[in-house]
Amino acid sequence: MSHEHHQLDLAGLGYSYGAKEALSSVEFSAHCGQRLALLGPNGAGKSTLIRLLAGLLKQQGGIINWRETPIAKARREIAYLPQIDQHQRHFPIRVRDVIAMGRYPHLGHLKRFGEIDREKTEEAIATMNLGDIANRQIDQLSGGQQQRTYIARALAQEAHVLLLDEPFNGLDIESRCHLSDSLIDLSKSGHLIIASHHQLESVTEIFTHALVLDRKQIAFGPASEVMVSEAVRQTLHSCHPHAHERVL
Amino acid sequence: MPMSEFFEIPLYQRALLATLIIGFVNGYTSAFVLLHRSPLKLTALSHSLLPGVAIAAWIFTLGVFSAFFGAVIAAVAIGVLTVLLSRVTKISDDTVLAVLYTGAFAVGIMVLQKLGSNQDLENWLLGNILGLSDLDLWMSFGVGIIAVTMLSLFRRAVVINLFDSEVAASLGIRTRLLDYASFTILILVLVTTLQAVGCILAIGMIVTPAAIVRSFVSTPEALFPLSGLVGALGSALGLLLSIQFGQPAGASIAATLAGLFILSVILRVSLPKIQT
Repeated sequence: MSHEHHQLDLAGLGYSYGAKEALSSVEFSAHCGQRLALLGPNGAGKSTLIRLLAGLLKQQGGIINWRETPIAKARREIAYLPQIDQHQRHFPIRVRDVIAMGRYPHLGHLKRFGEIDREKTEEAIATMNLGDIANRQIDQLSGGQQQRTYIARALAQEAHVLLLDEPFNGLDIESRCHLSDSLIDLSKSGHLIIASHHQLESVTEIFTHALVLDRKQIAFGPASEVMVSEAVRQTLHSCHPHAHERVL
Repeated sequence: MPMSEFFEIPLYQRALLATLIIGFVNGYTSAFVLLHRSPLKLTALSHSLLPGVAIAAWIFTLGVFSAFFGAVIAAVAIGVLTVLLSRVTKISDDTVLAVLYTGAFAVGIMVLQKLGSNQDLENWLLGNILGLSDLDLWMSFGVGIIAVTMLSLFRRAVVINLFDSEVAASLGIRTRLLDYASFTILILVLVTTLQAVGCILAIGMIVTPAAIVRSFVSTPEALFPLSGLVGALGSALGLLLSIQFGQPAGASIAATLAGLFILSVILRVSLPKIQT
């Protein structure tokens, strides 16, 4: 997959829940190969932005274009990875079947699950190193394994953009290292990674770019530059009392 | 009565056929109910059907179509009222639903009382699988085909939606439409079950089979058909037992399914660990 012309462009994007404005004036461009962190205090609009990009909220105005066409026309190229444990508990389903869900946009209701679908699913299982546990029930997995399963589903979907909602939440240190390695590998293989994130100390290690929100866009740019700007320090400092020391 | 005689009597043959059809359709649908985790909502729904049927019988005459439309209107009215009142009062929708369905059920009983025939009342409350007409049977058969076909044809989307509705929406599945369609199928199945075993025992048929099967399967693809099979065979066993021991058919079917559930749990815990 290549890449730089696979670009996501946002302009004048906002969203309100009833009379309450959750997000306004979001404007940036990102392309495949980048890893973008969404930062900001609770209620800053990170989840709202992810949900808008994933098509879970109806766009109220502004522009979201993927490869120069409205994102709504490119659903199959955008994968949404929810927080771990969001799915229904005790659901009788194997890891392999969860990954195969990624083929839905290619199959719709009626097409048979064919050879190509099986290949893409097995490829995703192999890439994410899930071969040993592919027949386990999803509820038997650790947080890190679940996260890998979700990424494998995005790969089976052949998505270009991966939207991750707080992917590092609830993971132990080892799983966090594996996940950040996976995200780096995925972007190198041509994916655009967008993840909400709140561990400020690891932003520059994991992400190439950062978007800081506080109900509106505060800053956007290369992670190393954004994390030292004064406006950003003030915004993030207000939610993390010790952010100042950790960021600098 | 010896079983050989049982199979020679047309009334019982028809009852057995009806039980197999209704048992299979309910069993198949019970897989959806189990994965949707909605048995309590369904209990409310089935009680809400009674006033619809009663009022339809009062205004028109009691027939399968008037009963059907009355039931559908009542279920939709209770559903919409629940959402509205819960929004206005800020009281949880579970509470509002409990208030409305018991109220509706009570109104249904009073209307049926006013109609004057206690036999009718008993039929709608407890069902009468031996008294089903040809039209009732065809109706069950038709609804069964629609329900099983829809749940099979759209299984892929239904399962993803039940597993995680946000992921389903992000994959392009029209989740709200799917929810409405599923709700409609549940009402259709409940209404046709109502006449066989009554509005209270119907819950047993549309919940228990999948609960029996669940411990032994690891995929939704296995859960749906096996629940249908267990629903059909378990209900037929209930009917045969009811004739053997002179008990009401609906009660016997519900009790047999509940007994099979307990047996399945005992079997599951005594079996060596199998991966589910």
